[in-house]
This record gives sequence, structure tokens and C-alpha cells, in this order.
Amino acid sequence: MRMPQPDAAVISRRAEIAADLARIVAPDAVMVAEDERRVYETDALTAYRQSPLVVVLPSTTDEVARVLRYCHERHIKVVPRGAGTSLSGGALPLADGVLLGLGKLNRILEIDFANRCAVAQPGVTNLGISLAVEHAGFYYAPDPSSQIACSIGGNVAENSGGVHCLKYGVTTNNVLGVELVLIDGTVVRLGGKHLDAEGYDLLGIIVGSEGLLGVVTEVTVRILRKPTTARALLVGFPSCESAGDCVASIIAAGIIPGGMEMMDRPAIHATEDFIHAGYPLDVEALLIVELDGPAAEVDLLIERVEGIARSCGATSCRASTSEEERLRFWAGRKAAFPAVGRISPDYYCVDGTIPRRRLPEVLNRMTALASEFGLRVANVFHAGDGNLHPLILYDANREGELERAELLGAEILRTCVAVGGVLTGEHGVGVEKRDLMDTMFTTVDLDHQQRLKCAFDPDGLLNPGKVFPQLHRCAELGRLHVHRGALPFPDLPRL
Amino acid sequence: MSRFAPRDPRELEAIVADAVAREEPLELIAGGSKRGLGRPLQHPHTLDLSAFAGIRSYEPEELVLTAGAATSMAEIEAVLAEKRQMLAFEPCDWRALHGSAACAPTIGGVIACNLAGPRRIRQGAARDHVLGFHAVSGRGEAFKAGGRVVKNVTGYDLPKLMAGSYGTLAALTEVTVKVLPAPEATCTLALAGLDDGAAQRALGAALSSSHEVSGAAHLPAGVSTDGARTILRLEGPGTSVEARAKALGHELAAFGTAELMGDAASLALWRGVRDAAPFAALGDRALWRCSVAPSEGPALAALVAQALAVRHFFDWGGGLVWLAVKDAEDGGAAAIRGALGRGYATLIRASDAVRTSVPPFQPQEPALAALASRVKAQFDPRRILNRGRMYRDL
Repeated sequence: MRMPQPDAAVISRRAEIAADLARIVAPDAVMVAEDERRVYETDALTAYRQSPLVVVLPSTTDEVARVLRYCHERHIKVVPRGAGTSLSGGALPLADGVLLGLGKLNRILEIDFANRCAVAQPGVTNLGISLAVEHAGFYYAPDPSSQIACSIGGNVAENSGGVHCLKYGVTTNNVLGVELVLIDGTVVRLGGKHLDAEGYDLLGIIVGSEGLLGVVTEVTVRILRKPTTARALLVGFPSCESAGDCVASIIAAGIIPGGMEMMDRPAIHATEDFIHAGYPLDVEALLIVELDGPAAEVDLLIERVEGIARSCGATSCRASTSEEERLRFWAGRKAAFPAVGRISPDYYCVDGTIPRRRLPEVLNRMTALASEFGLRVANVFHAGDGNLHPLILYDANREGELERAELLGAEILRTCVAVGGVLTGEHGVGVEKRDLMDTMFTTVDLDHQQRLKCAFDPDGLLNPGKVFPQLHRCAELGRLHVHRGALPFPDLPRL
Repeated sequence: MSRFAPRDPRELEAIVADAVAREEPLELIAGGSKRGLGRPLQHPHTLDLSAFAGIRSYEPEELVLTAGAATSMAEIEAVLAEKRQMLAFEPCDWRALHGSAACAPTIGGVIACNLAGPRRIRQGAARDHVLGFHAVSGRGEAFKAGGRVVKNVTGYDLPKLMAGSYGTLAALTEVTVKVLPAPEATCTLALAGLDDGAAQRALGAALSSSHEVSGAAHLPAGVSTDGARTILRLEGPGTSVEARAKALGHELAAFGTAELMGDAASLALWRGVRDAAPFAALGDRALWRCSVAPSEGPALAALVAQALAVRHFFDWGGGLVWLAVKDAEDGGAAAIRGALGRGYATLIRASDAVRTSVPPFQPQEPALAALASRVKAQFDPRRILNRGRMYRDL
């Protein structure tokens, strides 16, 4: 993984930069000693490590603005970081870049039940928001599996999803507004407690911009009343094809479940050995379908889904009859990653989306690829929205296995794109999938994306080296090739 | 006056590139139903995108539809209805407001204007349903962004940037949208005789309930012909709708006894709210659509009423305030924007003269306006596409 060439001149000024930053924030909020900086050398994509130039932990929007202004004036790169749970290396530091940690901005500023929203600083955890409004029966809908640790600011940067997003949307559909600090220190507000900010939807592009456009210092999110009832079905299938048919039939019947998860045989066995959730072991695929909402509707839809499952050849089908049973159904799925961790020294979690009907062929291709690379793969799958999470099992202590796992991951993602899908459904591009962007986009496509970056950060100081495989200077991207003279198509209809 | 009608993206690229060379702006049109929105344009050339029409693929089980940007909404809605699906953001049809009944709205136009109806509160706006697009930017280059699956975070979310950009950044040629199942049954609870404040509290209580309310509007007396009506929509399987209507009616007992309306009456009623039908006949009035925090809706309406001869109604639980202003030289802009806290007020209908002298879109604070200009400059450096349609300098 090539990162932008570090600037030795900037690195040589480390002490001076740290001293300057310590005049902006509290002195103990700047870390320059090697062992202190090393704490921040990686995020949840632990294969990549790099100690930052210095670490700065501002406590207020004003401090964030002054740090950015300082870096902008001196042309120093900045890598923003939330809780560091990115699975795509979004917060991977740069040797010549300031690591801007937002963890101290960790307060919930306002809960407004009348307008069904909450205002939080970026360092508040995803679950922290739900907990803060729980007493009134509300919650914040997007629920990435790292929700006890990941921060709302990081969720905004990555446009995080979760198991409930087919019905309730991902982060971008649940954020009403942000306060944003631009690289030159300007503070702007996008959106608010009202719907649909007018003018260009800059809020819409900030969400999911992976820290490349600005630093979010406040987030207003929509909160929802908790559904009164949730019930889950645990359905076993003799093949992944029949499980896939069942998913398609449920949706074709007009049912959008609160959650719909699939696991393949290796994932089922790994989790059952670990959690003993009572999963059937004689099946090739397992579906968990959760219906939530008003009780009358949930009971009706559970029956309908049971009928669909049987007609699709389900070999086992159980509907939860208590909250305890529902949670047991989920326990295995929720522990799928650690369960796989038990049977393999290391695993690498891939994240692609495919049109669901292509699932059988993608799984077959994956099996073929895995044996070609000499590695095992277990699959968990957000079946409702086609978001695959193949877990590639490997042993980092064995020479070359990590590299093989990464190559296999890349091949799997290329397969996703080839069948009409995308490189990442919810984990982001980061450094991980950066060099695969050209499998989905042409140079012209990517240039248009990078021009957006130029509107926000013309010097390319914010999180460089992420998302885009090649960095172009904005002056070069801005050049307009003018074809002056007569219309190149003289026969064009001019009406 | 020239009218260019490219037949494919390559011709479109050539036309835009030529306009860039000549520095002559183009007005983008397809169905032409929304020309009354935004600032009036008087550009020498129109760019007719009508050829980019037709449904390219529709996969109901994938919840995805791809169509040429100029595909008519009528065609799309008919195809979706066959599979009992819909565009869940409930796109508005304002032809009656703009006197463009003979025009056929297109999916590209709906997205470019980011229009959304009453279900906005539950399902989001057009922006939330655009998954991907192909377009030609103001640089004369064809490009694409997004994808054709419902979950995707690969690269910047340019589909959101296109939504609501009124054709000022790129000419859309193809769009992919997320579709959802249409509800099996719809019913409406109507509370009678509430004043604005009480109505907003009732709407808020309903939206804070667990009954999945998908429409929450208040039509004051005078707008509703038979006295004030506060209306709440429930959608879903019949038995569910029935049970929720009963429970919700019970929870709102303090606001009065709710009258129940069934499918047919509900559909007509909510179509009227979506399209601001109560104001369509008031042809001499300037129409505004204001988006504010829901609890602030009634106060905004009251403040405006102190200064202007105005009628109003609320959607989005009080968060969307429609205003019909009579006899104000500026259409009421000064009074309305003066009364607005955070949020925005859009002039939806007024004479060309008023829409030229008064910014139809809420003026932005300088830092945001500068950012918007920089975005425009990146996609359309010579300001060829719909120059001045949103803001004079954009």
C-alpha cells in the first residue's frame, strides 16, 4: 500500500509543530512522544500501521478550527480520527500528518423530543445516542456492529450502516445537520432540525466523505420511537440458492423486514460451536428474518414470511415466541466475527454489495477463488440489501498469508463489481479499496469526484492517500479543454 | 434561439463542449413542467434532453429501477404500480400550481428539484432514493457516480449532490432509483377544529408514537372547506392499519374524536396535500414552501400573518409550512424570511418579475454561498448549465 511520500521537512519540524499546537489546545492534549503517538498508529484495519507526526486532541469547535487553520497556513496534512474503528483504514495516520482526534468532543448537547432529534458532538458513541434517549422510548436507528465503540462523527464520515438499514436507512438518511470545519478554519452549518437543506446538498456529500472534505464537530440526528414489537424467524435451507430465493420472494411480496441476515455453512458452524444458539447444523444456509413494528403487523408478517420460507424449500423454520428467544437467534449472528476469530488466528472482513439475485454465482465463485488461494472463507451477509461480508481466514504468522488474504479479498470485490455490484456497502474505501476504485469508475468519473474535493480542500491536506488511487493537483483537474469553433456535429438537430 | 436535442451522450458532450467554447449558457429542459420553479432564465439556447428516455431495467426483487433521465413519471409510476411498488418519497406534481398541466414531468426533473411529498417524514426525499446516475457535466464530459444496488458507500455520494442542484452542475442522462413496496392499505385519522398550536402538538404526539405515521398535516379552516382538519396517515397491511388507527385514535383522545377515512378518500386527500392543491386555484397569490423545525411551524405562520394577507397549511408534522400570499410586491419575501429562524423559505410560484427581483431560494450565508460557488466552478467552470437558475451568481 503506497501512501503519499512523507515530507521530510515537515517531519523535521515535529517538535516546533507540537509546541505551536500546544498553544492552541491544552498542553496535555498534544502528544509527541513516540510511545504516545504509537497508540494511534492503526484503526480496526490493523494490517496497516503508521505513527503520526503528532497527535492533537481538541476540546471545542474553536480549537478544531484553529488547529486546521494552523495546518492550512503551514501546509501540514491532517488525518481526522473518531474512535478508530474503521475497517477500511480511514483513520490510518501519515508520518508527516497531524492526527486530529475528536474523542474529547464527547458530549450530547441537546435532546429535542418535540422535534424528534438529538444534537451530539462527534465523539459520542453511536450507542451513546440511543442510550441517552432510551428513557423516553426512542433510539437512533443505524446500528453498525461496532456501535458500543464507534463514534457518531466516524459514522458520518463513513456513512455507516448496520443490520437494520434496509428498513430504516443508513447514516445519511438519519442525519439532519452538521457543524463542519473547513480546512481553512471556516465553520459552517449544514442542515439543522428542519428537513432538506436548500442549495446544493453539501450535507449529503459530507456524509460518507471519509474525512476528506472537512471535520464534523457537531451532528444532529433523527431519533425514532422504538417499535413496540420485534420477532425473528430462524430459517434453514438446503442451499444458498433457496435461501436467496426466499429473500427475493419476501421482498417481492412487499415485506421489508427490520433485519434480514444470512450465514453460510462455515459461518453457521463457527458460531454454533461458540455461542450454542441452537442453529441447525444440517443446512447450507441460515436466514434470520426480523419483523418489527406494531404487534398486529408483526404477527401477520411472521406468518406470511413462514409461508414464503416453506414454499422456497426451507428445511427448518422457527419463529421466536419470546424476547429471550429472539435475542438467542441473534446471539450467533452478532458473535459471528469473534466466532470466526476462534477457529482462525486472523480473519479479514470484506465488504461488497451485489444485486441479490447474483448471490449463488458469487458464492460459487468465492468458493473457487478460496481454494485457488488456499484459504477458507465464511460468509455473513446482510441479505436484505445485498451487502456481503466474506470473512477470509488466515494466519498472519505464516509467510505470505496476509498478502494472499488481501489478494483474495480484492478478487472477491472485483467479482462483486463484475456482477453489477460495488466495492463497499458500508465500510468505506479508505486505503483498503483505494487501488480498486478503477474497477468501478473511469478516470473521468474519478476526476469528477476529486474536483469536489478541490472545492473543499484545494491543497489536498485533509486525509490524503485515502479513497482515490491517484492524487491529482487541483490546478491540473481544473483545466478546461475548450474545443473552440464550429459545432463538431454539424448535423445535430438544431430545432 | 437554438434548441439542441442530442440523441446520445456523445452528442450531448459535444453540445456542452461547444457551449463552453462559446461561453453561451444552456437552459436544460425535458418535460418542461417545472420551468416556473427557481429564477426565470432567458438564455439563447435550450438543451432538450427528451431523447434520454425509457426504462432500462427494473428489478422489483432488488428494489431498483434504472431509467433514462427524461423518462416520464407517468411511465415509471405505471410500471411500478404493476408490481405494487412505488417511489416512496412521494414525488410532488405541481403542474396545477405552475399552469403546466400539458407537460409531462420526468424522473430527472423530480430528482434535479429534490421534490418530496408527505411521506418525506418517514421515507426521506428524492435525495434519499437516488442510487446512481450518468450525466454530462458543465465541462462537456460524460461521467457516472453511485451504483445500481441499494447499499453503497464507494466514493463521494454524488447522487445526493445532483438531487436538488436544478441542473446547474450536470445534465442527467440516466438515473437509478431505489423503489419500495406500495402499502396494501391506507387510512387517515382526521381531528376536527384544532387551532395551529394544538394541531402541531397532536401531529407531534402522533409522530412520537410507535404507530409509524406516514403523513402528518394540518389544514386550517378556510384551507379545508369544512373547518380545520388535522390529518394523520397510516399505511401497511389492512389488519395492521386497522389496529394502529384504533390505538392512535385512543392516544390522541385529548385532541378530540378522530374521524376515520378509508383508502380512496385518503389517497385523494394526501395527493392534495402533496401537490398543495388547496392553493392551486389561488392563482394571484405567491406561494411559499418553508422548512423549519416542526415545533416552530405555527409560530412562523402566526408571525407572517401579522404582516401579510396570507393563508397557510402545514405538512411534515408542522415542519413544512405552505404560505399563499396576497398582494405583496415582493411576494412576501421580506416578511417571511424575516420571520424565519433556522430553516428555509422557497418561493414556489410567483410572476417572472417577482422571481427575478426576489431570490426564490433562501439566500445562503457567505461561507456557504462561497462553498457552493466553488462546487459549481468545479463541475461547470463557465457556468453553462442553467446559469442563474438557483442563485443569480451560480
